[in-house]
Amino acid sequence: MKEALHVEWTKLRTLAGTAWLLAGVVLLTVALGVTASAACADTGCGDPAKTSLTGIAFGQAVVAVLAVLAVGGEYSTGMIRVTFAAVPRRSTVLAAKAVVVGALVLVAGVAAVLVSVMAGRFVLAGDGAALSLADGPVFRAAVGSVLYLVLVGLLSLGVATVVRDAAAAIGVVLGLLYLFPIVAAVVSDPDWFKRLQRISPMTAGLAVQATTNLDSLPISPWAGLGVLGLWAAGALLVGGLALRLRDA
Amino acid sequence: MSGRDGFGQALHAEWTKLRTVRGWVFGLVAAALVIVLMGLFAAAASNFSCSGPDGKPCAGSTPPLGPGGEPVVDNFSFAHQAFTGDGSITARVTSLTAVSAADDQAPVEATQPWTKGGVIIKESTTPGSPYAALTLTGGHGVRLQHNFTGDIAGTLRATPSWLRLTRSGDTITGHESADGATWHLVGTVTLPGLPSTVRAGLFAASPHHEVVTESFASTSGMSYPTRATAEFDRIDLEGTWPDREWTGDDVGDLGGPVDRPEVGFEETGDGVTVRGSGNIAPVVAGRGGLGRTVEGRLVGAFAGLIAVIVVAATFMTSEYRRGLIRTSLAASPRRGRVLAAKSVVIAAVTFVTALAAALITTPLVRAVEVGKGFFEYPVPTATEVRVIVGTAALLAVAAVLSLAVGTVLRRSAGAVTVVIVAIVLPYILAIASVLPTGPSDWLLRVTPAAAFAVQQSLPEYAQVTADYSPADGYFPLSPLGGFAVLCGYTAVALGVAFSVLRRRDA
Repeated sequence: MKEALHVEWTKLRTLAGTAWLLAGVVLLTVALGVTASAACADTGCGDPAKTSLTGIAFGQAVVAVLAVLAVGGEYSTGMIRVTFAAVPRRSTVLAAKAVVVGALVLVAGVAAVLVSVMAGRFVLAGDGAALSLADGPVFRAAVGSVLYLVLVGLLSLGVATVVRDAAAAIGVVLGLLYLFPIVAAVVSDPDWFKRLQRISPMTAGLAVQATTNLDSLPISPWAGLGVLGLWAAGALLVGGLALRLRDA
Repeated sequence: MSGRDGFGQALHAEWTKLRTVRGWVFGLVAAALVIVLMGLFAAAASNFSCSGPDGKPCAGSTPPLGPGGEPVVDNFSFAHQAFTGDGSITARVTSLTAVSAADDQAPVEATQPWTKGGVIIKESTTPGSPYAALTLTGGHGVRLQHNFTGDIAGTLRATPSWLRLTRSGDTITGHESADGATWHLVGTVTLPGLPSTVRAGLFAASPHHEVVTESFASTSGMSYPTRATAEFDRIDLEGTWPDREWTGDDVGDLGGPVDRPEVGFEETGDGVTVRGSGNIAPVVAGRGGLGRTVEGRLVGAFAGLIAVIVVAATFMTSEYRRGLIRTSLAASPRRGRVLAAKSVVIAAVTFVTALAAALITTPLVRAVEVGKGFFEYPVPTATEVRVIVGTAALLAVAAVLSLAVGTVLRRSAGAVTVVIVAIVLPYILAIASVLPTGPSDWLLRVTPAAAFAVQQSLPEYAQVTADYSPADGYFPLSPLGGFAVLCGYTAVALGVAFSVLRRRDA
């Protein structure tokens, strides 16, 4: 496993795109977060922590690209056959990829969230004064947002392993993330509305960002993140099975 | 070989590539399927529950239709008499106020901007029948309104205001006066086919007081009924008024479970006081609305869009990945021609696929909704055609955008992400995020997501206060204006793609 980790780390580290994508996660997350905070400067939009972390909805797309390319790139170049020849236990390869992608996203996520919250505190002058990581719910929102990005990365990795084609995998991942809120908006049955929000990886997962008005949440913060965790675990599991059963 | 033949050959080559690659055909079929299935799912997962606290049927679930065919609210307190032939009605409004009367609470002053009190000539007391009204309002001064959608502003803004409606055949003229001596023309409206004998008199109405609360990933509205009190005196009736006394009616009161404040009229010395609740206005759709719209049936277009973007991006990037681009460019050395041929093929195929899917989805979903008892907002055929064809065109243009971005980036994953994020993410932020209406509107003006305006089927009404936000299905740009934004982005992307294709080695 240690060698497999080293191999995956070397591959991802030496790809020209990786550093750019990680920088993109931080930049785009912060950019949208600051824009949302500026738009909410006078009212705070109800929940300063959630407002300052709006950018996660943007940054997750870049995380998805990074994770998908870690697998899809190998399939498109045929590199995957070399990888499996070197490390014949395919589940080990997937696990190593998950660890390396997860670790990279974790680092980028911490940077993105820290800068977003600090920028939010600065921009949301009036309401933002309350925005401090020493505050329990805000800390939970920040940590949860980092974990959210990591889980989106793992979900993308799993989907890419199943789908193998990078473009299709990105389509599936972004569809899973973005379509639930849109469908929920046109469903008028309150039970179905709540059900859709609870199983939606994005809506449920981002419940972890809420710091005010917790009663209105469709699902409790950590349970919501757990929903995304289940999606990620399911995708990795199916990916692992597909790797074992299919030819490379 | 003429240039035209060359382009024809390029088109044929690209069409052959597209239809023989299993993944692309699969992607396009999937796009059509998700458009149909998501529409059906959204209808199936919507329920019509509208029962009052005492189990009475829900009033207003099928609103009356106005003379123009649009659904309307026609609910007001009316002190009226029969009025035959030509003549006029004049009255002075001395006071117009409204109170909010939520359950078990002491009434509080809550005059709404469109609280109304004035004179009205109406074909009958049947809700939805043609009318012309000259009214003082809570916040918009004197207005001459007719047949629910017509609205002409007067100049007076305060009480007392003298109001006069004069009938001459089908024509009704409104005059206003501050002192009863000098009269100012507000406007003239025509009510075609108005019968000789109509109902005319004094009315009062006040719409609900809306309170919008933002909650996690959604907004919900609460509304409280309000009751207007309009005091009139110096009433002067010219022409033939055979009744010689006022009759009171709460027009449009369907006896539903809505807790309506006490309404009616009383004669006070030389005047009349009318108390009324409700509104005379077109219905505005929205999240809280009971009706379903055309665009709601096409919600699957978002999923179809994602599938189409994936197909279109790989339609170009796979040429680079497999090195086929060198063969393509060798066969057709004018590089712009290859890109143009690809654009035409992907746009045409996407348009036909999406149009077929939308044409199948709309009647299917409509049947499910009607079966569940939903009210379907009637829209002119031209509007319905614009929504359906516009949705297909939106997907086609998005496909070309994806193709162009794919040409520039030469990486499918990057191209797919850029295009999906550019079109879908702003829409989500606008309808389901913490952002207030202002920034949401802005997002739907400057990003490619503006194109979804082409799906908006219901108009905004200046004379109805409502939350015309993106989440309610109201876009800041006109349908064609919004669509033009996406076309603009696509044109720029195509321009960049042409230029890099020409300059770069393949």
